Amino acid sequence: MSSVLYDTPGPRAKRRNVLFSVVFFVLLLLLLWWVWQTMDDKNQLTWALWKPFTESQAWTTYLLPGLADTLKAAALAMVIALPLGGLFGIARLSDHRWVRVPAGAVVEFFRSIPVLLLMLFANEFYARYTGVSTEERPLYAVVTGLVLYNASVLAEIVRAGILSLPKGQSEAAMAVGLRKGQTMTNVLLPQAVTAMLPAIVSQLVVIVKDTALGGVMIGFTELLNTRSTLAAVYANVIPSFIVVAVIYIVLNFILTSFAGWLEKRLRRSKRSTGVVLGKEDVEELNAAEIRGSFGTGAGGGI
Amino acid sequence: MFDFLSDYDDPSIWGAFWMTVKLTALSGVGSLVWGTLLAAMRVSPVPLMRGFGTAYVNIVRNIPLTVIILFTSLGLADIFGMTMGASDFKVQGFRLAVLGLVAYTAAFVCEAIRSGINTVPLGQAEAARAIGLSFSQTLSLIILPQAFRSVIGPLANVLIALTKNTTVAAAIGVAEAAFLMKEMIENEAQTLLIGAVFAFGFVVLTLPTGLILGWLSKRLAVKR
Repeated sequence: MSSVLYDTPGPRAKRRNVLFSVVFFVLLLLLLWWVWQTMDDKNQLTWALWKPFTESQAWTTYLLPGLADTLKAAALAMVIALPLGGLFGIARLSDHRWVRVPAGAVVEFFRSIPVLLLMLFANEFYARYTGVSTEERPLYAVVTGLVLYNASVLAEIVRAGILSLPKGQSEAAMAVGLRKGQTMTNVLLPQAVTAMLPAIVSQLVVIVKDTALGGVMIGFTELLNTRSTLAAVYANVIPSFIVVAVIYIVLNFILTSFAGWLEKRLRRSKRSTGVVLGKEDVEELNAAEIRGSFGTGAGGGI
Repeated sequence: MFDFLSDYDDPSIWGAFWMTVKLTALSGVGSLVWGTLLAAMRVSPVPLMRGFGTAYVNIVRNIPLTVIILFTSLGLADIFGMTMGASDFKVQGFRLAVLGLVAYTAAFVCEAIRSGINTVPLGQAEAARAIGLSFSQTLSLIILPQAFRSVIGPLANVLIALTKNTTVAAAIGVAEAAFLMKEMIENEAQTLLIGAVFAFGFVVLTLPTGLILGWLSKRLAVKR
């Protein structure tokens, strides 16, 4: 195997690689052994702490309802943020200055603020100015925070998707006499949506991860929040953290793999213009496209 | 109208944002070091190291930062007794938050650096070897200078995201901006004003970072 950094190894390099492998393997084993020992020292490996996860009660009372709330908040946020993001993404591409500039300002503003701040603010806002009930409020606040942030991220994705289409598409539409609105809805958007799908699915991972904030800071009963209730009942902090982390990893891994599969599949099929945007492409495109952007990536992906 | 701002002194509004800056700076340096090491492993010729790097990145990226930060406090500190050499509860929380942020952000730094190395065309290395440069010369004179330049943009994104992510430290009681905002917004009447003040604070922190580093990355970009 050759890469830009090294050649296909010869006999000496092969011997060196084997040596490195062995040393690294030993170090890794030592680390694992140390972790195991520490856990054993603090009695975290006793079966009593792990047993609840083999029984249905821990799952049906705590983990599954928590997971359901996580998914509910994520799905709601995505469904509401998508049209909003589309609207702002298109508004940023408008020919009229008075549409383009305010839309750009709103998007950049919400992208540069932490989601947690938006959630805290929404929570207090609902408490003071609306009649949302106390039980419903955390969900409302979490979804509001997620929508405001992710709509602006999705706006960038939509913009990148439309910009990535070949210029000939809009020129041809103009040549056959379509209006600007028609060009957008009949020619550009349908192709851009296909191109954006993988990036949108990747954004779902970010949304799922951010729901956890609501659980800790404003008492939304999602997975991380129900974990603490569970740990209080069974007194198993470490095992519950590990189980919850694994649930998140599996969930997000499925979403990431789905996005990757989608990207590959869309790249192969030749039904659209062949442009497909992954996560990195969106950031690159927006960085390359200077007009109307303040040059900040605002760290969309984390 | 703004007098409520001076009613708080533990932390004060300046103290809170200073804490945010400190968290960002320390975790930024830490994750740059650990992320570079991870990236080095991911592109190394040793399969085991590559596997470790890949596994670390894929696992850590898929766990919410909140879970990691909370674990450092409830797990590492409370159960395993890792006090991070701090006698004071506040200092301990700060150090744990930095630890969590470094562990999480390093995965993203690693990916940014790796993508930078991948942007260097294979022909560059082949040409360097063809004119007789040694491995270390190829790396230090040809590949890394090009890789670093193309990495500034993505790393700036990571830094901005890190600045915003430091707010998660409020979950373990580190007295930074989000922590103070939560306290203020629950106790004071000026909900909108408080929201605006803290939002403004973060815009001030993140916008210049993006502008300066964005300008730098454009200026230093390798024209191909």
